[in-house]
Amino acid sequence: MTEIPVSAPAPVPADTEGQARSFWAKAWQRLRKNSLAMGSLVYLCLMVLACTFGPMLVPNSYDKIFQGYTRVPASLSAYPRPEMIGPAIEAAAGRARLDLVDWAQTGDRVTAHLQSTRGVDPRAARYFDRSDMLENSTLDPTSQTEAVLTARIERHHFLFGTDATGRDLLARTLIAGRISLSIGFLAGLVAMVIGVLYGAISGFAGGRVDQIMMRIVDVLYSLPFIFFVIMLVVFFGRNFLLMFVAVGAVLWLDMARIVRGQTLSLRRREFVAAAEALGVSWFQILFRHIVPNLLGPVIVFMTLLVPNVIILESFLSYLGFGVQEPMSSWGILIAQGARAMPSAIWMLIFPSLFLTSTLFALNFLGDGLRDALDPRDA
Amino acid sequence: MTADHHTPLLSVEALSVHYATDGGETCAVRDVSFRIEPGETVAIVGESGSGKSQSMIAAMGLLPHNGRATGRIAFRGDDLLRLNPQALRTLRGAEISMIFQEPMTSLDPLYRIGEQIMEPILRHRRVGRRAARARALEMLRQVHMPDPERQMRAYPHELSGGQRQRVMIAMALANNPSLLIADEPTTALDVTIQAEIIALIAELQRKNGMGVIFITHDLGLVRHIADRVYVMHRGEVVETGTVGAIFERPQHPYTRALLDAAPRGRKIPVAADAEPLLTARGLRVSFSTGRRRIEVLHGLDLTVRQGETLGIVGESGSGKSTLARAILRLVDAEGEISFEGQRLDGLSPRALRPFRSRIQVVFQDPFGALSPHMTAGQIVTEGLRVHRPAQSARDRDEQAVLALREVGLPPETRHRYIHEFSGGQRQRIAIARALILKPRLLILDEPTSALDRMVQKQVIDLLRDLQQRHGMSYVFVSHDLAAVRAVADRVLVMKDGTLVEEGPVDQVLSAPDAAYTRALIAAAFMDVA
Repeated sequence: MTEIPVSAPAPVPADTEGQARSFWAKAWQRLRKNSLAMGSLVYLCLMVLACTFGPMLVPNSYDKIFQGYTRVPASLSAYPRPEMIGPAIEAAAGRARLDLVDWAQTGDRVTAHLQSTRGVDPRAARYFDRSDMLENSTLDPTSQTEAVLTARIERHHFLFGTDATGRDLLARTLIAGRISLSIGFLAGLVAMVIGVLYGAISGFAGGRVDQIMMRIVDVLYSLPFIFFVIMLVVFFGRNFLLMFVAVGAVLWLDMARIVRGQTLSLRRREFVAAAEALGVSWFQILFRHIVPNLLGPVIVFMTLLVPNVIILESFLSYLGFGVQEPMSSWGILIAQGARAMPSAIWMLIFPSLFLTSTLFALNFLGDGLRDALDPRDA
Repeated sequence: MTADHHTPLLSVEALSVHYATDGGETCAVRDVSFRIEPGETVAIVGESGSGKSQSMIAAMGLLPHNGRATGRIAFRGDDLLRLNPQALRTLRGAEISMIFQEPMTSLDPLYRIGEQIMEPILRHRRVGRRAARARALEMLRQVHMPDPERQMRAYPHELSGGQRQRVMIAMALANNPSLLIADEPTTALDVTIQAEIIALIAELQRKNGMGVIFITHDLGLVRHIADRVYVMHRGEVVETGTVGAIFERPQHPYTRALLDAAPRGRKIPVAADAEPLLTARGLRVSFSTGRRRIEVLHGLDLTVRQGETLGIVGESGSGKSTLARAILRLVDAEGEISFEGQRLDGLSPRALRPFRSRIQVVFQDPFGALSPHMTAGQIVTEGLRVHRPAQSARDRDEQAVLALREVGLPPETRHRYIHEFSGGQRQRIAIARALILKPRLLILDEPTSALDRMVQKQVIDLLRDLQQRHGMSYVFVSHDLAAVRAVADRVLVMKDGTLVEEGPVDQVLSAPDAAYTRALIAAAFMDVA
């Protein structure tokens, strides 16, 4: 007698090779079908690569200050602009206590006539070299009080513009991405591992153990976060590692609670009772039956956790507990950009674009992963 | 019989329901036609997956977004498939109402019973809250709810399953609909309650003169209330006729199989001098909720002999599943349990492990008892990993093949995940998981209750066959007396955590001593008698 399938649309795919494909291989296959999630994955990989190797490849270092280019707008063409050269020569001449008579530009070179009643010292050329726009300056005296300056124009590209102190925003956005992404992923991972283990053990053990473990979580919840961070700074001094500890120590609490709730409901499912009746040890039940079934909610929460960590980090840095100048993170750059918004909108736009696009990609990837890791979604 | 001078209450013509899935379009209902006259009771009978619920869901406009219905569903001449959502909503709940299978989840736990019954009244009629309240109270009286004034203020969790189903019926009938669709209204209920609910629906149908479409997988149930029957199989109507014709002269082989699906046959009795395998003395189980301790098992004794099947029957809440779990030491119990002469009570989980391979269990819910993240092969061999850790992967795989063959599943299925199996197949996998360790005692906790009738029969045949081959003993927990009669040697009747009656299965089921047993039997064999 044939059996009638329970759900009508349930065509059982024939496994022709008779070969068991692992759970992860199937999940990967399902994920590959989801173009949005795959696009996000590729985007995140590119972002990680850019932030890791980008700062080494861009022409300007993230901590070099170009005094002549504070808050210059983003531009594809090279700096300096023609109208910026005159005032720059004039300013440098002023510092050298020389008077500018006239100047002319031919291609990459400028020539200028300078004069001074006190006589011209050829060593004054270094005043012009110090400007960010001129290099290889030579000062040839033509008379007692006059001299001709010849110099090359230094070309710089600021694709994202510069910030208020004259640093290249492209280099800074990339180096900030290094900090934000590494904190986001590492602290997120730490919070996830602690939270899942703690929550699963608490929910699975149940009874008094569960009560005690959850009261500990409640106590940690009630500690004011900033107070906690200040304590850490006081005891251990300020360092980068501390941020991981501080952020991880706070964020695993949410994860632990979510996982505990899920575990409590899984605990009552009959497959756990069946495993227990088979004599499977607690440890095995936890890792073979409970944790794999937690993957879905954990991954979704993880994609919410990483942005949280990134934002928390910028908050700490803003208060002075996190990374310090000239190091930076997306959060800091956005905070600076927000202050400069009326006059220098690019300082806000580029870091925000990087942050939000990364968070978007994380969310899409998280949704895709949740679907892919659910074996019921054929 | 088709007469053109009147319009039927509901007529469905050439209805097909398709679902768009990743693997292309699948057809859930194919070219189905039926009709119901005012005041008539029509039963649509079929197993899960036969499309009986799908066609009704399509009629109510409740198909999920990937579903598509074609054909014509005319309610008093209006085609429901072409009606706008607004008009359909007005019709739903006022003219057509529905009762669902699951009374536990169909009520919103946050609202009082009275509020929930008033909601459809307030939505569809121009009446004030006072009138709506009066109407709700009247409806509770009509469905014979005990103490209706008090129940108006009760929350769903304070009500039993049968009472909740009464509330659902009260809600459905509050607006005097001319058509009631009852989708498996009794499947989740105990047998005695089932009989009451069916009687109630029949009574209200006579009183209000409405049409009733009764959807069920149990052909026996409809005999007493339906006028005509449509038998559905794999999305098609295979047979139509009056109840008398269907029951006396079934034409289609599928209908005959359905009629024949009650578990039959008897177990070969065990020798009188068989050794006791498991004995339990004075089993008590209590749960603490907050400060209160509730005892659910009040000192039970039982003995299972070698090769014997002990049936345990009782309604939900009688403590029979708790008893099964207490024997397995899955819940803490006071009292003595000894297995093959050795005491199990008081053993630590580690010391208990050797016994785990000899006492195995199959649970009721084939959907919940298997981990969705594992393949059938991994599930079946899990016990081997625990009890024979030295075994190679190849040996394990071979044993999985043997175990799956033994329960009638092709060995290739071991690479598939659980969601790809039907309920009956899942139950076979659960049996294979228990069998692979070659247990002496198998605890079967309602192994057939969640299955279709025909699959139930197959599983019972399989269980009897396996018992004969391996000489196992069974503890068969069930509320289904027909199933118990087919497999058990002795039967133990439970109520509220105590023993009501115990004896050989034929004696208890044909000449019961206790009044409770008699009530149980009367309700259970209503459909067979």
